[in-house]
Amino acid sequence: MIKRSFFGFAKPCLKYESIAETLPELEKISTPRKVTLLLTTSLGEKAEALPIKEGDKVKTGQKLTSDDDDGTYVISSVTGTVSSVSSYLGDFGTSYAAISIDVAQNEEIDEEFEKCSKKPTLDILKDYMVCAPGSPPVELFYNLEKPIKTIIICGYDNDLLVTTNQYIIKSYIDLLKAGIVILKETTGVDDIVVVTPHSLKQDYGQIEAEVKTIDTTYPSASPHMIMQKVTGRALPAGNSFEDLGICFMTAEAVASIGRAFGNGQIPVRKTLTVIDKDEGIKLVSARIGTSLKHILYELGITLNEKDRIILGGPITGSSLYSDDHPIMPDTCAIMIQDSGKIPPISDYPCINCGECIRICPARIPINMLVRFLEAGQYEEAADNYDLYSCIECGLCSLVCVSKIPIFQYIKLAKYELGRMSVAEEVDE
Amino acid sequence: MSNQKKFIVSHAPFWHDGSSITERSYNTMIAALPAVLFGIFQYGLPAVAVVSFSVSCAIFWELAMNFVTKRSLTIGDGNAALIGLLFAMLVPATLPWWAVLTGTFVAVIIGKQIFGGIGSNAFNPVVLAIAILMVSWKDLFDFDEALLNYDLEFTMLYPIAALKHFGTASIESFTAGDLLLGKQTGGIGATFGLGLIIGGIYLIIRGFIRWEICLTFLFAVFATALVFNLYDNVRFAGPVFHILTGYTLIGAFFLATEDSSSPVNFIPMLIFGVGAGVLTVLIRNIGAHVDGVIYAILVMNLLNPVLDKIRPKAIGKVG
Repeated sequence: MIKRSFFGFAKPCLKYESIAETLPELEKISTPRKVTLLLTTSLGEKAEALPIKEGDKVKTGQKLTSDDDDGTYVISSVTGTVSSVSSYLGDFGTSYAAISIDVAQNEEIDEEFEKCSKKPTLDILKDYMVCAPGSPPVELFYNLEKPIKTIIICGYDNDLLVTTNQYIIKSYIDLLKAGIVILKETTGVDDIVVVTPHSLKQDYGQIEAEVKTIDTTYPSASPHMIMQKVTGRALPAGNSFEDLGICFMTAEAVASIGRAFGNGQIPVRKTLTVIDKDEGIKLVSARIGTSLKHILYELGITLNEKDRIILGGPITGSSLYSDDHPIMPDTCAIMIQDSGKIPPISDYPCINCGECIRICPARIPINMLVRFLEAGQYEEAADNYDLYSCIECGLCSLVCVSKIPIFQYIKLAKYELGRMSVAEEVDE
Repeated sequence: MSNQKKFIVSHAPFWHDGSSITERSYNTMIAALPAVLFGIFQYGLPAVAVVSFSVSCAIFWELAMNFVTKRSLTIGDGNAALIGLLFAMLVPATLPWWAVLTGTFVAVIIGKQIFGGIGSNAFNPVVLAIAILMVSWKDLFDFDEALLNYDLEFTMLYPIAALKHFGTASIESFTAGDLLLGKQTGGIGATFGLGLIIGGIYLIIRGFIRWEICLTFLFAVFATALVFNLYDNVRFAGPVFHILTGYTLIGAFFLATEDSSSPVNFIPMLIFGVGAGVLTVLIRNIGAHVDGVIYAILVMNLLNPVLDKIRPKAIGKVG
């Protein structure tokens, strides 16, 4: 954990982890006896309405669709029999169907994708690659109102200690290059930028994209900061990156595309960083849907009562209440925090010390903002105190003397305002 | 699921830099110690009595208010103790017990708690309490009268009161070196310039107070006093005298920098410091009061919310 320096007048400087010199070995996690796949679906609460039923046999790489209006699906990462289908509610009201599969001994590969993998098109990407490791955001290319003009590939993870995408660049640079070629062909977007730490720049060699280096200080790898670096302008508050024609992808997503069309199989193994209780880093590869319990067991990390399990990194991750939670296509890291190391929180009010003001990369008047957020006055906060300028880096909460969960307040406010605007649209 | 382990589920970020209000309060008190100890050394047991009674009273009032308002106990954060200590530093060593009791009541209850507790006070609680006592019992802060029974090894005159009433001729016996080393009468913890400066530098280095406020305050006192002095050096004392006497140093490092009543943005902090400094000398030189620091800080506290509206544009802000 990063502690306040004795010389507190200086701004704390949080550095990203670098694996440029010592490439850690990738530990392969064995296939567990049971995997759980989370299917995003509006039918989440009526899981029995899904076409996939208990007892169905599935093959590795088979597409399990939800049959709802959005056409969502998951790719089975194993061969086996569906043992249960239930609904699951995630953070901020996301509803999922949790499909558990008992793994069979012999693996069979579904051949549907291989047939059409000879000639990649955008439709094939949309139909098969959305749940590949790294979750390529293919649906963005189907929005005719907001055409994508630039693809930015992040070779740097936007959280401290997380090195998944650096590893991908270091180890699978050829797959990344192949993925970029496919992306160019299928999407027709010529402007592709790869952002990377300076230390990895020499690894690229010949590549059909522009390579830009970014600073190693947190939060320079956050999408907002990258955009400012790449395009020279900031994202106008309240807009999304798609509005400006920019699409962000992780290096892993692009490498997955390269791998899939290279060998005719949808990749089912996710690379992720595991941060143990002493903040040591291990890179592992596990099948999507493997429970955290299984991964931690194989790595020999024991979990005790009142520890904390975090999906993602220490600053922007989200904590879980169960170690049965599976890893998902977009899970970059798992972090385990010992109960003794969990910092206390308090219900103190803001004392106006100004630490957050000085550290905020977005120059938001957080000392004022937090007062409105605590009182639930979200609209006032958005209108007068720059709520929508927040780039969600979490630094304000990290340095808050009163230990106010400012970051959580901001996310909650954005979520509530989003719900309110949806409700208003429905009324109209 | 019955043997499922229970985990702590909470919001990001999962790290914290470990800073706390308690740490801030106690460090500010440590920084104040050199000046307080010097005051105790100079004035003896009466000073010990005032300091300890003031700190205990402040804690008591905070505790009482916690019970009355049925809130969780907040005395552990050290803020009440700090208020008590700073209050004691500003008053003469012979202040009667009832004045300490009343003063800390005003500081903790009226200055802080009725606004909603820590962080919500519009005025610096200590400064407000001193101002109210000064208005209500003027004689209590007549340092010459209060310290009549003391005969230390230097001129027993309150320097800025002497200046006010008798002009620069009366202060010729004070050299800058003597003033810096505390050879002057005044509040228990307000006279030892060197100690206050060391404490202030400690707080600036540790990041508990902002240099923007204290340095601009001192600079403004210096500049304004210099202008007056150049204009008429018979009536108005020089800048060094103004910096080393009265409440200037304790005001710069311990009073003006109070978190809740001072700005947080860069330019507002500069304006805040300059404003307080200029007002201090104006009140001293052409106003009715002997010392201007208290009222200058109160006025700037009042302006603080307006000042803090001057802030940099957030990224991506439209219009």
